[in-house]
Amino acid sequence: MSHPENATEFLKDQAKAKWHDETLWFVRDKRDRISKTIPEWEQLRELASQIKDNVLANLGSYLEDFERNALQNGIIIHWAADAEEHNQHVLRILREKNCKAIVKSKSILTEECHLNPYLEKEGIEVVDTDLGERIVQFLNQPPSHIVLPAIHLKKGEISELFHQKLHTEKGNEDPTYLTQAARIHLREKFLGAKVAITGVNFGIAETGEFVVCTNEGNADMGVHLADVHIACMGIEKILPRRKDLAVFLRLLARSATGQPITNYNSHFRSPSPGKEIHIILVDNGRTAQLSREKFKNSLKCIRCGACMNTCPIYRRSGGFSYGSTVPGPIGSILSPGLDMKKHSTLPFASTLCGSCSDVCPVKINIHEQLYEWRQEITKTHGEFGKGLSMKLASGIFKSPLAYKISGSLMRSALKALPDSLIYHPLNTWGKSRNLPDTPNETFQQWYKKNRS
Amino acid sequence: MSSREKILSAIRGISIPQKSLPDVPDFRLSGDLEEGFIQSILGNKGEVLSMDEFIRWLPSMHFSKVISLSSHFKNYSTITLPEDPHDLEDLGLAILDGQFAVAENGAIWLEDSNLGLRALPFITEHLVIVLDRNKLVETMHQGYNLIGGAKSGFGLFIAGPSKTADIEQSLVIGAHGAKSLRVVLV
Repeated sequence: MSHPENATEFLKDQAKAKWHDETLWFVRDKRDRISKTIPEWEQLRELASQIKDNVLANLGSYLEDFERNALQNGIIIHWAADAEEHNQHVLRILREKNCKAIVKSKSILTEECHLNPYLEKEGIEVVDTDLGERIVQFLNQPPSHIVLPAIHLKKGEISELFHQKLHTEKGNEDPTYLTQAARIHLREKFLGAKVAITGVNFGIAETGEFVVCTNEGNADMGVHLADVHIACMGIEKILPRRKDLAVFLRLLARSATGQPITNYNSHFRSPSPGKEIHIILVDNGRTAQLSREKFKNSLKCIRCGACMNTCPIYRRSGGFSYGSTVPGPIGSILSPGLDMKKHSTLPFASTLCGSCSDVCPVKINIHEQLYEWRQEITKTHGEFGKGLSMKLASGIFKSPLAYKISGSLMRSALKALPDSLIYHPLNTWGKSRNLPDTPNETFQQWYKKNRS
Repeated sequence: MSSREKILSAIRGISIPQKSLPDVPDFRLSGDLEEGFIQSILGNKGEVLSMDEFIRWLPSMHFSKVISLSSHFKNYSTITLPEDPHDLEDLGLAILDGQFAVAENGAIWLEDSNLGLRALPFITEHLVIVLDRNKLVETMHQGYNLIGGAKSGFGLFIAGPSKTADIEQSLVIGAHGAKSLRVVLV
């Protein structure tokens, strides 16, 4: 399904769509307010962007440094060229440990690799432990937002879901009560898991350590109770120096949710005695994206979600409308690199207003890349739908006489024609749009009367 | 060719103009350090207590299982630290020393040497971190300067209690980890 078709589905529940829009705008507003309290905010964004520029220009040597230091620290390193190989690594480790049930904290990468269905097919129980992710997992849905996975759901729906799955009181919609029920349910899973999987926010080349940030503490609950910690890391997550973390941790949570820092920021350098840490370094299209001059900067992304919260299209169409693991503006420049045909409508799901680029903590030129992808896609797949009307318009604009005649024709026609014709299904522009009232005179007529 | 070689050689095959690594300025914070820290902790839904307030608060909670690894409260443990973190499942309170804290966001740094077991500050129902008020720094930049090249196997910034807003963006304290964070400034 295309983005417009999916968005139409989302917009059927107008009250919920309005709530979605307003709630994400509230998060965006929190981001604005907290960023204004940091006088050097713009300098931090510039620094973060420059550090990531340096990372992209030296990615190979940083990855080798990271690997060497991590190995020295007693961490086991695996490399995966694609999603399939990543999933195979995980499965092999689980088989070695004779492990049938795992806990997993938020990792967009494992969503990208479709790890859960892969492991479930092999008879392994995967429990997502972030509350929002557990909610969508119960519904067999992917997250609809990378930071707020269940933002498309209302508490009534979650209450009903928990009543079925966790036997909470029917009709009790109190978020505290529902969270407490999830806490009890997940605590049992934490205590029972021998292997825990996390994502990685940052990997530090000079130390071989990696950092995982959460507010719930679910990543740490999982890994410190398990014998084996598997950390799944995209190769672009590298930072050169430990002190670079200061810049990125100052930006990340403020951009994501408007809080000064996540409540838990764990730095893993080596395993506890008797335990194991594995890191899987995953490419899965990242080197291909790095080779695309116009789009390589998309790899600077630190997954804060700020571009989603601010995007007028995302807020009004929901994360699922994008049909890609990372939705929203950043997803719309990452996903076409993975599968241009499947994601061909995504770069068009934007007004090109540029707000995404304005809030991006690493200053990715998101809206410019959206525009560039449009050029690539139009070259490859031809134009969509609007071809005929655009050709007609082109003919009219080329001839002054045709322009004059068509202008006066349209003014009278729009008044006389019934709505059923103007908002005909063939006219895609008429969907969800109202035409303005037509003026009685042309600009030329007005100018002659008033200025000449 | 292994995937490692495949990935590294693919990267080497891409020519990207060299960009130098910027120096990060030592950004500072204006205002009173301690007041800034207290406001940050409160904003993160933690609390800040004096030594006296803590000593008055503790008995009111009737904790049956307490582990204190704090040098300031040496005799407060009611159980000894187990070898297996699973045995901490019903721990009521952990009292730990923080190494330093950052005023701009309330983040308190702890390492393996402060934690006993890495699971301790998460699995405990309530958490108290004891902090020397002379160990406050302004921003994360000074924080990482203090950490320097330390080689602890694990270190973390804790800035508040476990929290979530995943149900309709309603803030709930006590998701999976500690349900409260109290910082005792000494």
